Amino acid sequence: MAEFNLNINGKIKKIDADPDTPILWVLRDHLDLVGTKYGCGIAQCGACTVHLNGSAIRSCSVAVSTVGDQAITTIEGVSKSTSTLENIVKEAWLAHDVAQCGYCQSGQIMNATALLKSNPSPSDKEINRAMTGNICRCGTYTRIKTAIKTAAAQLT
Amino acid sequence: MTLVKTKYNRRSFLKVSAASSGGMMLGFSWLASCNPTKEQALSMPESWFDINAFIKIGENGLVTIFSPNPEIGQNIKTSMPMVVAEELDVAWKNVVVEQAALDTHKYERQIAGGSQSIRRGWQGLRMAGATARHMLMEAAAKEWKVTVSSLSTKEGVIKHDESNRTMSYGQMAAIASTLKVPEKVELKDPKDFKIIGQPTKNVDGKKIISGAPIFGLDFKREGMKISMIEHSPAFGMKLKSFNEEVIKSMPGISDVLVINTAPKEAVWSNVNAFTEVIAIVGDTTWQVMKAKKGLIVEWEWDSPAENSQDHEFKLEQSLQTGVKQWARKDGNPEQTFKNASQVIEKTFSAPFLAHNTMEPMNFFAEVSKEKAELIGPIQTPKSMGKSISNLLDIPIENITVMLTRMGGGFGRRLYGNFGLEAATISYKTGKPIKLIYTREDDMTQGVYRPAYKVKYRAALDKKNELIGFSIRGTGIHESPVYENRFPAGAVPNYLAEKMSIDSNISTGAWRAPRSNFIAGAEQSFLDEVAEAAGKDPIDFRLELFDRAIKNPIGTDNDYDPHRYAEVLKLVRDKSNWGVKTEGIYRGVSAYFCHNTYVAQVLDMVLINGKHKIMKVWCAIDCGIVINPEGAVNQAEGGIIDGIGHAVYSNLTFDKGSTIQKNFDTYSMIRHHQAPSEIEVFFVDNGIDPTGLGEPTLPPISGALANAIYQASGQRLYKQPFIQQDIKLG
Repeated sequence: MAEFNLNINGKIKKIDADPDTPILWVLRDHLDLVGTKYGCGIAQCGACTVHLNGSAIRSCSVAVSTVGDQAITTIEGVSKSTSTLENIVKEAWLAHDVAQCGYCQSGQIMNATALLKSNPSPSDKEINRAMTGNICRCGTYTRIKTAIKTAAAQLT
Repeated sequence: MTLVKTKYNRRSFLKVSAASSGGMMLGFSWLASCNPTKEQALSMPESWFDINAFIKIGENGLVTIFSPNPEIGQNIKTSMPMVVAEELDVAWKNVVVEQAALDTHKYERQIAGGSQSIRRGWQGLRMAGATARHMLMEAAAKEWKVTVSSLSTKEGVIKHDESNRTMSYGQMAAIASTLKVPEKVELKDPKDFKIIGQPTKNVDGKKIISGAPIFGLDFKREGMKISMIEHSPAFGMKLKSFNEEVIKSMPGISDVLVINTAPKEAVWSNVNAFTEVIAIVGDTTWQVMKAKKGLIVEWEWDSPAENSQDHEFKLEQSLQTGVKQWARKDGNPEQTFKNASQVIEKTFSAPFLAHNTMEPMNFFAEVSKEKAELIGPIQTPKSMGKSISNLLDIPIENITVMLTRMGGGFGRRLYGNFGLEAATISYKTGKPIKLIYTREDDMTQGVYRPAYKVKYRAALDKKNELIGFSIRGTGIHESPVYENRFPAGAVPNYLAEKMSIDSNISTGAWRAPRSNFIAGAEQSFLDEVAEAAGKDPIDFRLELFDRAIKNPIGTDNDYDPHRYAEVLKLVRDKSNWGVKTEGIYRGVSAYFCHNTYVAQVLDMVLINGKHKIMKVWCAIDCGIVINPEGAVNQAEGGIIDGIGHAVYSNLTFDKGSTIQKNFDTYSMIRHHQAPSEIEVFFVDNGIDPTGLGEPTLPPISGALANAIYQASGQRLYKQPFIQQDIKLG
């Protein structure tokens, strides 16, 4: 076990965990931030997507010891964010009633938010390329794409 | 209005207690803490008054409606309460929805399965709203000393028209909760529906997008431990020995034990594979995962190892010479095929599939010798409670099952073996535990969609009329054949035969059981038969429906040819079928299952050798549409899910183990492979509603295969289509 000071959703959190613990399980087990989901554990489904210094990463495959003082943002952080982009994305998700079971949607939103931050008006191809790592078994892909486009239209 | 007797599950309408105090939403702090995020016009009341099992009303008029059935993404947590609210006559904005726990005294059929929640719940939900409304009016009538018939209601307000007095439901809730349930109530005329038919957002939408702890995997209780299991690496293997002491000494690990959940009595929801497993209990998920990885186990065979080559051989053998469980015969099919001027014969097959709910199996259990508390995602809570009662000898009345929102069901969560495991681990260790499957556990010890193989034959006469039809189907462990479905009833000489194959691999219901394969096979075959007959595929089907309308063969046909034909005509008209566009290739398909009729047209283009699905047109007859927003979403999801599994997904076996163990080797459809657009149309016929969780999935693989044939001249007989070089992009 080792002590880490993590910058999570704008606050420094002290945790005690094995250095090889993936960020996913630090968030879920140590910090009760369970909006970040476990799906596959091998960075293949995108359910665990969070932002590390603003970029989308798969938190199931990044050890807590490698994070240092980089800023981690989770769905809970996006949820409380007052910034325009995050709110536009959330509103678009609600406006298009995207979710079915809803389990993969935190990861989808985190990935979409990272995409729109780096590219506020992505083409269909760019959306596909950015989102292809996020699986949804319910099949909400068309709605997710529509929501991203709605959000993009409001950003530009 | 329709006057109806309130006999339907009458006990649901009997109040349990007159009042419960504010904040007692569930008496269960974890779930209550998630309530409610929907903007309400009203704040939380100080007191709640139970009107019946579905409804409680606060003194300020806020209404809580309990959604009885498990929510797996089919959105009944929104649509079922909408039905109650409609008959209760309240404003939807003043409704808070709660997930009901398992309660066999209050509710009937608390199951998510077979797309039946809405169909089977419809009358009871309406009655719950209507009886409550009547009791509120009765309370007001007593207060004002007027007759109930002189009163009217509107959005939670009771009005006495003559004197122009009004009173809110909240003001009458205390008195109403003490009244007897009326013998008869009036139900609304569907033309007066205000909530039913309105596109309504998912009641959990905001919780979902904010990462609220609403899923089973998110559940946490003070003192709770994490548990994982290790099952044998192959079907047919059992535990011999393992390094128990080493694992016990690993950091954070409190218990290591062997559990056996072999059911004591035969129940359909049993899972008979992997009943003896190693269980590890510890403080954190990662510590338990590491301990699991540290296991060194000796396993031994106790039944033969199976592999996919064996399965293919057995399927073919069964199809050729298997002992048939004779199903249905009309006319003289043997003679008809002998005399036919043209016989078309094709064989279709599909592999095992894993469910792959995005939320892996998990369950919380706190169990002692006397009682058991279970919390988590399960499609069949009643069955799980009963199995735990049997297994651990705990009286059923001492077992509670709370339902969380589920990260998908698709049939996997009909089989609650993970709940039995969780309960047994907690029982044996004396600790509250949350059992979590890894993705690998989930995929390698599933209850898979059976592997299927089916042979179709069609006989045409000289005038290209379909005079004979036969279907012979087998599978591990079940035949996919529905003998009384179309085209049974439309063909004078008809034969349906079923066989099945035993295996030590566990199989079960998977979204739209059997239909998920047979619909696509049948609809591809009919496309080929229509072509052989020189007919347009839609005209060809309509001719057959016409036969079934005018001169039905047999009496057991389980579809209504009128409704079937209407839904096909609707998609034909909406998609401008028959109008050819350069570079666009179209396929059509129609299917009836789960009491709902669906017809689809799929448009694709070829780009650099890849098939790009541009648009799917989907017509549906599910009767009255309760929530068009949710209904369209279900239709879209079923289509995408159906395309994905037909093209990509494949579970194969080697030495009793699944070769695919996670999403790196098991392919699921991805964003870029989904259709660019899906448009959904509903037949407006006012018939009582049926379900939508499954019916749009089965036919789409037929429409896809038929469009691919138009595009490239290639007929597809074997799923997954990707093995025949079909790529979507």
